[in-house]
This record gives sequence, structure tokens and C-alpha cells, in this order.
Amino acid sequence: MNKNQVKNFVLDHIIEILLIALVVIMSIVSDNFLTVNNILNIFRNQALKGVIAFGMTLVIISGQIDLSVGSTVALAGVIVARFCRDLPGATGMSVTMACVLGIIVSVIVAIIMGYLYAFAQHKFNMPAFIVTLASLNLLYGLAGMICEGFPIANAFPDWFLWIGTGKIGIVPIPAIILILVFLVTHFVMTYTTTGRAVYAVGGNPESARLSGINVFKTKIIAFASVQVMCVLAAFMHSAQVASGSYSFGRGWEVDVVSAVVIGGTSMAGGIGKPWGTLMGILFMGVVVNSMTLLNVGVYAQYVVRGLIMCFAVLMATFQAKAKA
Amino acid sequence: MSVLRTEQISKQYPGCLALDKVTVSFESGKVNALLGKNGSGKSTLVKCFSGAIEPTSGSFYLDDQELHFSSTSEANRMGFATVYQEMSLVPSLTVAENIFLGRMPKKGKLIDWKKADEMAAELLEKMGVDIDPKQIVSRLSMWQCQVVEITKAMSYNPKVLMLDEPTSSLATNEVECLFNVVRELKKQDIIIIYISHKLHEIPQISDTVTVLRDGLYIGKADTAELSNDDIISMMFGETQIRTRPADVVAGDEVIMEVEHLTRKNKFEDVSFQLKKGEVLGIAGMLGAGRTELLKSIFGADPYDSGTIKVNGIAAGKKATPASMKKMGLGLTPEDRKQEGLILIHSIKDNLCYASMDKTSHGWLEDKKLRDEAANKQVEDLAIKIPDINAAVSSLSGGNQQKVVVGNWLNTKPSIMMYDEPSRGIDVNAKQQIFEIMWEQSRQGVSTIFVSSELEELLEVCNRILIMYSGRIIGEVYPEEININQLYSVCMGGPVNNE
Repeated sequence: MNKNQVKNFVLDHIIEILLIALVVIMSIVSDNFLTVNNILNIFRNQALKGVIAFGMTLVIISGQIDLSVGSTVALAGVIVARFCRDLPGATGMSVTMACVLGIIVSVIVAIIMGYLYAFAQHKFNMPAFIVTLASLNLLYGLAGMICEGFPIANAFPDWFLWIGTGKIGIVPIPAIILILVFLVTHFVMTYTTTGRAVYAVGGNPESARLSGINVFKTKIIAFASVQVMCVLAAFMHSAQVASGSYSFGRGWEVDVVSAVVIGGTSMAGGIGKPWGTLMGILFMGVVVNSMTLLNVGVYAQYVVRGLIMCFAVLMATFQAKAKA
Repeated sequence: MSVLRTEQISKQYPGCLALDKVTVSFESGKVNALLGKNGSGKSTLVKCFSGAIEPTSGSFYLDDQELHFSSTSEANRMGFATVYQEMSLVPSLTVAENIFLGRMPKKGKLIDWKKADEMAAELLEKMGVDIDPKQIVSRLSMWQCQVVEITKAMSYNPKVLMLDEPTSSLATNEVECLFNVVRELKKQDIIIIYISHKLHEIPQISDTVTVLRDGLYIGKADTAELSNDDIISMMFGETQIRTRPADVVAGDEVIMEVEHLTRKNKFEDVSFQLKKGEVLGIAGMLGAGRTELLKSIFGADPYDSGTIKVNGIAAGKKATPASMKKMGLGLTPEDRKQEGLILIHSIKDNLCYASMDKTSHGWLEDKKLRDEAANKQVEDLAIKIPDINAAVSSLSGGNQQKVVVGNWLNTKPSIMMYDEPSRGIDVNAKQQIFEIMWEQSRQGVSTIFVSSELEELLEVCNRILIMYSGRIIGEVYPEEININQLYSVCMGGPVNNE
């Protein structure tokens, strides 16, 4: 490898290199870091925002953004909780039946929201940034109305709780879901025409359209998948705390977008990889975990996370410049 | 009275002598038309005057003072102002703000709005127009915007005012309004250089005509002494038109039929037939509606009425590029960077976007088919690439254009439409693109070829349709017409096949 190739390799794999360096340093500094339990913990903690980040990767590659993810998490949680609490009493159906119905309804709502975002953006040329920001409030309010301002606790059937708290062997279910979602996203973006269309639409929507690619459909798929991922995250979250509340998912959009950007996906669209997002998720997970092990205060942690996101964007502009 | 003159001015670009020892002069108080076809060097000359480029050799003088500009701002200071055809106004600001952008009159530290409006009003009055300085520019009509541009240029009190195709985006009735302004300007002692493609405007507006061809000075005369034919023969000279290979012939079978196609304000009542294997040219000036016509046929833009039939099947009004692709159509768009390519993606990806359904099995892409499709085009079209996975933005213009063409050839089209495929690419690449069209024609693919370069159309096509302000006004065969006649027809003259 010549000097230039080394430079490009480092630039292309900067997040992997930093992640490995951080793991090595933490393993030396703290005895509690490199243990099976702690590593599984990191995966479990990152799973909720992580699955959303994979959906967000599609949306950002397609040249859009969804800032409403946190509120969809809250909404899906309270829908299922409300169904489980009130439907059996009102109709006599089993809790399991009510829960399944709640799951179906929240998935349908998510798909409709994804469709509406794509519709508003594509047909009326409204910026997704603003549409989803408005929706962040709207869905939060709806969630609050559905749970009437109070968390709905202990309404779920036991099997539902398993989604958040269960384990296969020693591996927590959310960690398994995270890896599965990564594999599916990676497959879609690497081997299917849908993935190709997402890249094309984000790279240049007009060229994509004139190449006969269905731009609107592609945007619907991207927006709907991040919304459905929010529902999945909501189930894990609600299951972990055995309740549904309008306050769930508050502020998650920042961490989700951070992970995607740190993973090297371009905010301008057209460039990015699910693998990068996985690295971004794990990197942030290790950083937060390290700071907790080192007793860094919670507010200082926010400062560090903010700085990391800034650094990621700075790196991205360097990468773009180095390749131009 | 003042005079701008050049002495033996030359500009050498890599591989191209754009100006070849040109000696001309322009006098004040007159509208001096500067004419020449694309690539004649007229833009290069104007760029020398505006400070955008420096001549390789030779010099120019304003009233016997030799001038050297190293930047446009220096040219501005010396009294050279240019009004370009593209709008440079800020649409959301007022007329007065636009005129005094960056140098608003001030009272202390604050902007003196009253004075700005008064000064703007005074300037506009001098131009002989009634435009409110407080009006927001986006609410003005196109010719008013153009007048504001000129007013802005005039506010610097220039000695030389260059107007680069000022009527190119104006409607016919607006042109006269602009001309009145230009005539008003003549009363002031400034040198006006007027660049235009529109030949019929020349007698109306200009006093002298200067013609360049292939970087050479051809001649200068008073407009009154010249006929249209004189000007055309000065512009084109004795052009040798190359001919297409004899085996590129149109079949008998009609493959596409366009009937009474109309899109309001873009094109009207367009009807034509396309034969199998035919290379059909569409000639016309910028703004004649050619690009819009192609896009409507391709389903990329809507149309109001009329029908498009491919192999006897009507395309229907809800056609999209995707559905027209299925019917066998392909289009290489006018702007290859913005509409034809995804610049940040690889050459391979860009060669396979349109043929995505042919390089996949249902939902799953076939890596092998993609590699084959991409490599086939790289070989067939002789695309020079460093690496098939390199970004397409790293290629030269000609090779980028070939990627756009290859993207569509991979769909195995029966009708290929090319919108200005030779724009901004070198001579060799142009010739290669023509070879591709001919080779496709031999294989039975029909071609529609839109170009502003009339020589190209005469060289490449079996038949040429002439489009003028949205209508097809004639049909000619390259064997029966010469370039001067074709040019004259494209300007709106009669079809004259003598």
C-alpha cells in the first residue's frame, strides 16, 4: 500500500479504528469493561435506538430525514398498552388478542405516517425536516391523549414482556433483534433493487426519475421503514418497563441521527451503509458505557455526545474533500 | 465619442485556439451586434473584455489607453459592464436593493431607504421605463428583470456595456419593450456590444454587425448594408458538411406516431412519425420547445392534449419515464450532470440504473448481470475509465455522456432520444456519439436527435424537423438543403429547398 492508499483506508475506516482503540483503552483502564455481561449490556442498551437508526439510515440515504421517531415510539407504546388494558373489559376478548390487535394497529399507523411524510415531501415539496418536526409534536400529543396523561402500567401479557426482557441463552432478545435488523437492512441495501433505488433517489432524484425509477414509492418505503422500526423499538421499550407512556422516546431523534452520521452516512443523501450505522451505534454505546464505568456525570455525558457528533460531521467533510 | 478596439488578440485553450489574432473595433453611440455560431469565439472575446479571462496574446484599447484586466471587478472599475443571459438578481429583494446591492446609500451606519429609492427611480427614468423601485423583483416580468439588470450595470456609469443574449428568455412582445430601452441607451455616449443568436433581431436593434467564425475575424459592416443571407454566409462560410454512412437508412415501418401533441406555452400541435431505424433530427433555436417536447413524449413532463403511439399502442396521459421505458423509449437528457447521472455514484451503478429490471431477478439484483451489462457498454462505446467502480464524476464530459447513453442502451430500447448529446464534449467524443447512433440505427433502433448545432443534424440525420416557437414548421432532408438555408428556416424564415 502506498501513502495515499493508507490515507484512504484510514479515512474510510475511521469509525472502526476509533471503536477498536476505545475498546482497547477501556479494557486496560477498567476491569469491568471487557466482560461478557458488560458487552451484552451495551448491545441491549443500544438496541432500542439502534433498530430505529437502521430505518433512519434508509431515510437519510434517500435524501430525507425523520425527526418524529421519538413520538412514534411513545404512540406505539401507548396504543398497545391501552388496547391491552381496556379492550378485554369492553369486549371480552383475551388480553393476548387485544395485544395482537394493538400491535397491528400501531404498525398500520406507522406505515400511514411514513406514507404521509413521503406524500407531503414528494407531492408538495415540503421539507421533510419541517413536516416530521411538526409531526413530532402532533404524535406526542396524540400519545398523551391516548394514555390520558398517565403511564399505563402492568397491562401487557407476559409473552409481550419477553420481547424486552427475554433471553436466548445469555443473549438478551433486544440484542438479537438489533443484529437481525442490521442483517435485513444490510441485505436490502446491498442485494435488492429497493436498496439500489434508495441510493439513486438520494444521489439525484431527477436522474433517478428520468432513469425510470419510481421516486415516490422509494421515499414511501424509506419513511415507512423507519416508522415501523420505531414501533419495534416501542415494543421493546414498553416490554422492558412493563408500561406505555407518552414520555417514551423523548429526544431519541438526536441519538438516532448521531449514530447514522457517525457511521458515515451522508446527510446530503446517496451515500451510506448499514454497517457504518452498526459501528456508529456500537461506538456511541461503548462511549456511554465507558463514561458510566468511569463515573462521568450525566450532564458531562451529554457534552461529550454532542462533541462526538460535531466531530463526526467534521470528519465527513474531510472525507468528502479528500476524495474530491 | 469613444472607441474600443482590439489588436491581434488571441486566446489559446488547451487543444483549441478560441480567438485567432482578432482585430476589431466598436464605437460608442451605436449598438454593435457581435455574431457567430456556437464556438465562434464571440463569448471568448466578451470574456476578455469583462475580465473573466486574460488573452494569451494581443491587446485591447479603450480610447487608445491599453487595458489589462486580471479580474472582473477590475474590468468593472475601468467601466466595462456585462449583462448576462442568466438572471443575477436576488428575487426576494426590491428593485432598488438589487440595483445598489452591497453599496446601499447610508445615513450614518443605517441604510437610507428614501435616498436609495430616489436614486433608483432616477436611474430607471433615464432608461425610459416605469418600474417601481420598491417592487419585489420576483413580481416583475422577465423583460423588466432584464431592464433592472441593465439599470444595475448602468448605475456604474460604464463606458462599455455588453449585453449577452438579453432576449433569450423573453416572450416576443417583451422583446420590443427591451429594445426601446436599448435604443434609449444609445443616446448616452457608451459602447454597446450586443450578442445574439436571433438573426431577425439584428436589423431591428443593431447599427453595425461584426462576425466571428472559428476564432477568426470575418468582417464588420453597417447593418443597413447587409441582407440576412449575407450575415448567414459570413457566419457559416463554406462549411463542409460530412455525410453519414450510406447504410444508415430509415425503414418503412412506422414505430412511433405523435399526433397533435400540445403543452400550453411550451409546444403546440406537434405531429410526426418515426420510422424503424430512422435517425430523425429536430432543429431549432434555444427555447423553441424541443427539450420540452422530448420530455413530454418520454412521460417525464405532462402534456395537455394529443396522442403518442408506440408500435400502434397509445401511451396514455398518465405515462411516466418508467412506463415509457417499458414501451421501449430511452432519453439522454439535456443536462447530463443534473438529470442524466448520479455523479457521486460509480460508473457501474450509473450504467445500470435504467436497466435495473433487466439486471435483477424480481427483487434481487444479479451482480453478474450487472457486471456484464456495465462492461459491455464500456467496451461497445469505448468509454475510457480508470476503474468501473470509480465515481462517474471523475470522467471527462465525453465519457460521462457515453455513460448516460450506455445506461439507456442497456435497456435495449427501440427508440432512443438524445437531447443535445454533443454539448460540452470534444470533437472526437462527438463523432463517437454519432457513430453510436448510426450503429444503433443499423440494428433497427430509431433515433430522435435534438441539437442546436445544425451542421451536426445535417451530418447525422435521415430527416430533420424544424421547430420554431413551439411548432413544427417544416421538414427537410439533409440531401436537399444547405446549412445557410437550414439556419434561415430555423430563424423563422420560409422553407426553401432550392
